[in-house]
Amino acid sequence: MQNDNIEKHDMGMNNEAESSIEENFRVISPGRMVAKRFFKSKLSVAGLLMIIFVFLFSFIGPVIVNHTWGYQETQVFKIERISDMVSTADFIAADGRTYTYYDKSQTVVVFKAPPSSEHWLGTDTSGFDILTRLMYGGRISLAISFIVIILETIIGIIFGGLAGYFGKWVDQLIMRVVDTFACLPSIPILLVLSAAISSIESIPAEHRIYYLMASLTLMGWTGVARIVRGQILMLREQEYMMAAETTGISPLNKIFRHLVPNTMPQLIVSATLGLGGVILYESTLSYLGLGVPFPRAAWGSMIALADPSRGQEILANYPNMWVPAGILIVVTVLGFSFIGDGLRDAFDPRMKR
Amino acid sequence: MENDKKDMNDNILVVNNLKKYYPVSRLSFGTKAFVKAVDDVSLSIKRGTTMGLVGESGCGKTTIGRTILRLHEVTGGQVLFDGIDLAKIPTRKLRKMRPQMQMIFQDPYSSLSPRLPIGEIIGEAVRDHKIVPKSEYRQYIVKVMKDCGLQPQYFYRYPHEFSGGQRQRISIARAVALKPRFIICDEPVSALDVSIQSQIINLMMDLQEQFGYTYLFISHDLSVVEHISDTIGVMYLGSMVETGDKKLVFSNPMHPYTKALLSAVPVSDPDIKMNRIILKGDIPSPVNPPSGCKFRTRCQSCMKICSEKVPVLKEYEKGHSVACHLYSEN
Amino acid sequence: MGMMKIFKRKKIQGIDDTHYLTLKEEIRISKENNKIIRQFERRKARRNVDESEYLTQMRDPSNVVEFDELHTYFYTEVGTVKAVNGVSFDIPEGKIIGVVGESGCGKSVTSLSLMQLVQAPQGQIVSGSIRYKASDGKCYDVTKMPTSEMLKIRGKDIAMIFQEPMTSLNPVFRIGEQMDEVVLLHDSSATPESARKRSIEMLNLVGIAMADKVYSSYPHELSGGMRQRVMIAMALSCDPRLIIADEPTTALDVTIQAQILDLLRSVMNRINGSIMLITHDLGVIAEMADEVVVMYAGRIIEKGSVREIFHNPRHPYTIGLMKSKPGKATQGERLYSIKGQVPNPINMPDHCYFYNRCDHRMEICSKAYPEMLQFSPTHFSSCYLYDENKVGDTKNVKESE
Repeated sequence: MQNDNIEKHDMGMNNEAESSIEENFRVISPGRMVAKRFFKSKLSVAGLLMIIFVFLFSFIGPVIVNHTWGYQETQVFKIERISDMVSTADFIAADGRTYTYYDKSQTVVVFKAPPSSEHWLGTDTSGFDILTRLMYGGRISLAISFIVIILETIIGIIFGGLAGYFGKWVDQLIMRVVDTFACLPSIPILLVLSAAISSIESIPAEHRIYYLMASLTLMGWTGVARIVRGQILMLREQEYMMAAETTGISPLNKIFRHLVPNTMPQLIVSATLGLGGVILYESTLSYLGLGVPFPRAAWGSMIALADPSRGQEILANYPNMWVPAGILIVVTVLGFSFIGDGLRDAFDPRMKR
Repeated sequence: MENDKKDMNDNILVVNNLKKYYPVSRLSFGTKAFVKAVDDVSLSIKRGTTMGLVGESGCGKTTIGRTILRLHEVTGGQVLFDGIDLAKIPTRKLRKMRPQMQMIFQDPYSSLSPRLPIGEIIGEAVRDHKIVPKSEYRQYIVKVMKDCGLQPQYFYRYPHEFSGGQRQRISIARAVALKPRFIICDEPVSALDVSIQSQIINLMMDLQEQFGYTYLFISHDLSVVEHISDTIGVMYLGSMVETGDKKLVFSNPMHPYTKALLSAVPVSDPDIKMNRIILKGDIPSPVNPPSGCKFRTRCQSCMKICSEKVPVLKEYEKGHSVACHLYSEN
Repeated sequence: MGMMKIFKRKKIQGIDDTHYLTLKEEIRISKENNKIIRQFERRKARRNVDESEYLTQMRDPSNVVEFDELHTYFYTEVGTVKAVNGVSFDIPEGKIIGVVGESGCGKSVTSLSLMQLVQAPQGQIVSGSIRYKASDGKCYDVTKMPTSEMLKIRGKDIAMIFQEPMTSLNPVFRIGEQMDEVVLLHDSSATPESARKRSIEMLNLVGIAMADKVYSSYPHELSGGMRQRVMIAMALSCDPRLIIADEPTTALDVTIQAQILDLLRSVMNRINGSIMLITHDLGVIAEMADEVVVMYAGRIIEKGSVREIFHNPRHPYTIGLMKSKPGKATQGERLYSIKGQVPNPINMPDHCYFYNRCDHRMEICSKAYPEMLQFSPTHFSSCYLYDENKVGDTKNVKESE
């Protein structure tokens, strides 16, 4: 009964509102405002397109490939082809003249197939289809980077929030821990951690990837914590926090309903920029053989095929094996950077320049 | 003793010798300087009345409001709210008491959380403190909004969609929803347009009539204070220089500062040329206030004693006290 | 059940759906804005404009500035804001003109239009003219002047004092450097020594006791009142013919406000110039101004001499403003208040802008915008209440609820 009354009243109010002069304009919702500023910049649109491409490539691509050719990530293709080997050598014969010695041999090679209509980018040293593996590699890189960033952000919000809100010794303690983490050289530490993990035999190879994520998170959360703390220190002085204090709501409510939501723009920006960073770390580790374990595909390990320390052959003769992976890494990292920059300008136009 | 008791029941708030000092870091070692934002201020407010607190920027009127609610820690003195010393009770207890004393802020733009919808801003603490049963919550919030002149469909809108006047109504609704008994209004109308100011003042007076609130109304605008309050306190550089019944203070200002302040208000009549007392100079720095009477550097009737002795607040007629050597017997 | 229905945002009578612009409308607005703005900007960027194009004649030679049907619009993302919508008034020589109105009424934009300082590219002077009589006897139309020519007038002939003296002084330079710069910029014969002398002279003029000390201090070392004095000294240093004071005392305390107003008045008598005083404070206007212009939502609703406005206000808005000011007479009673909100000047209707807040509204008020009526040689107001041709409609006076 009462509900109906309110509803009636409500409508009455609406009519009044519609006729009044101060309601005759409409506003753009804040979300749309951000979108508008974001799309105004050509660079951020380009970044968005790049990331959309990488996503489609990595997540829809395998489905299509599987459907049309039926290729799998670790399917070995033995494509026989005859490889001519011609070697020459000069020698000075007994007559004192120089002769050239030609040796022509033919071998049957089953791996390292060149690009063809069945295998657009050819196959690699193990006979895997490179295009398919690029897709699966992207899938794993993107998945790792998103999971790591989400974990980092959650941990960062919790610790940064506590430090910023409570201040005093809590702040001191947390920020000193953050400082300690931040001054560790991340690549060596990650190398040691990964090597340690891969040497422990009780950890199955498939699970190594989770440990990889954990170590990446461990090294990365401090940045988020610093951002959150700084923001909260600033927001804490705002009048609406004073108002929240006078209403006597619980400290948890104050942190998670008033403070944290207001740090979101900065967090989204830093997370987007961070995504590219994680992809780089992951690729580096995979390149060094400490990331995603063989036979799973990863962009980093695909580039590692061209590692000059294992001979110049692939680097020189098979660009189809490592160039595409390199391009994809560059495109993804650049794409995330462009989007991050665009978002920063869109959230806070004053920060431009 | 008996008198004290009677006082307790009559006054909702008694502030005794309240002090709020902020430490300032000095370049030289060892010496620790303080900004004496509030220096030994006492006041009391009767139930259901309004006390106006006037003064210029930097006189500590905002700090006193915030210190009374213990938004800033108290340096010294007592704040008795219904006989309970707010300066001493533990924070958890204080949090439980918060709904009884609310605050309305000056800047309607920064005092509302930008990422919460209006209904949430008003209702959040109502839920937290279980002011009304859960089943009646929504209706209650709508009722409060209506009382404050807000339409129910604003419930899900965000603060940025409102004008200053409406935002101030939201701010008032947030305070009122907690069923407080005492509200500190910190310059609630000074950021608003003239035509909106009178709406908000009327709203506040209507609410007071309806629910019997006690107000501490802080403002630099003398005409607003004159309109709304029953008693008045005039502050200068952290001290109370004159206090008393509004009519007495406005009709017979005693302290030279009050006199100057009153004469400085522009009058909306081109034919009345005020006999203006124009004060010399600026307000001194509160880090290093003048000795004796703090007003002496700008006072026209400054005497020798003014630089030597700090004048104390003394009652010179019933309900009218002033801190000035001009009126001391010898 | 019904309860939930009310509070589901989208379900409230569609009100909240329409509160935000749709994407389509937004794109349409952006497109239109871009087109218009490009046109205006192209015209402003022209070079080698012939002087004859912006030379004009004053209507009355005793005026310094004449605003004539000025329209300044802002092309914003949510629609066109007609910030100044047909404003005409004169600033006579040696007088103080008070422009009074609430926030968003266009009082500041009017003065910025005169300085060509309207925030471009969104803000554009759309039509109308601002005639300005320069010290060389020539008369310019500011709206048609190219920016390069305008630079010569800005700061020299017309000076401006802003509301917030902290933000209008550069915090990293000493007061003296900033003051000297103004002198050196506008007076080609000035040397650093003469500029310094001039600056100190000006600081003395505005009642700063230790001018030498202030000359070599930084803005943050001064109090608000001091800074405003410095701003006034700076404005005076080039012998301006017109000072635009935009809320010069709003950020100051009452006792300091009294000092500054006193100073402005004495300065006025010294220099032979005019002041355009923009404020929302009726008290300041009553005290300072000779003539008053009352603005509401981009239009002048009433103008007249200060006595006419304060003793015999005609427009219901002016009357309401006077009545709603608290003070001695109103103690304890309910204040008179104008209901409703200050309108946001987007998509304004064609009828009187005060219609929805007016206690005396009639049927005709919801039709065409009322014309300016003359009550005395100086007193004008636009309201149908006094329009004798339309007086038959007064029967329809609706009492306020």
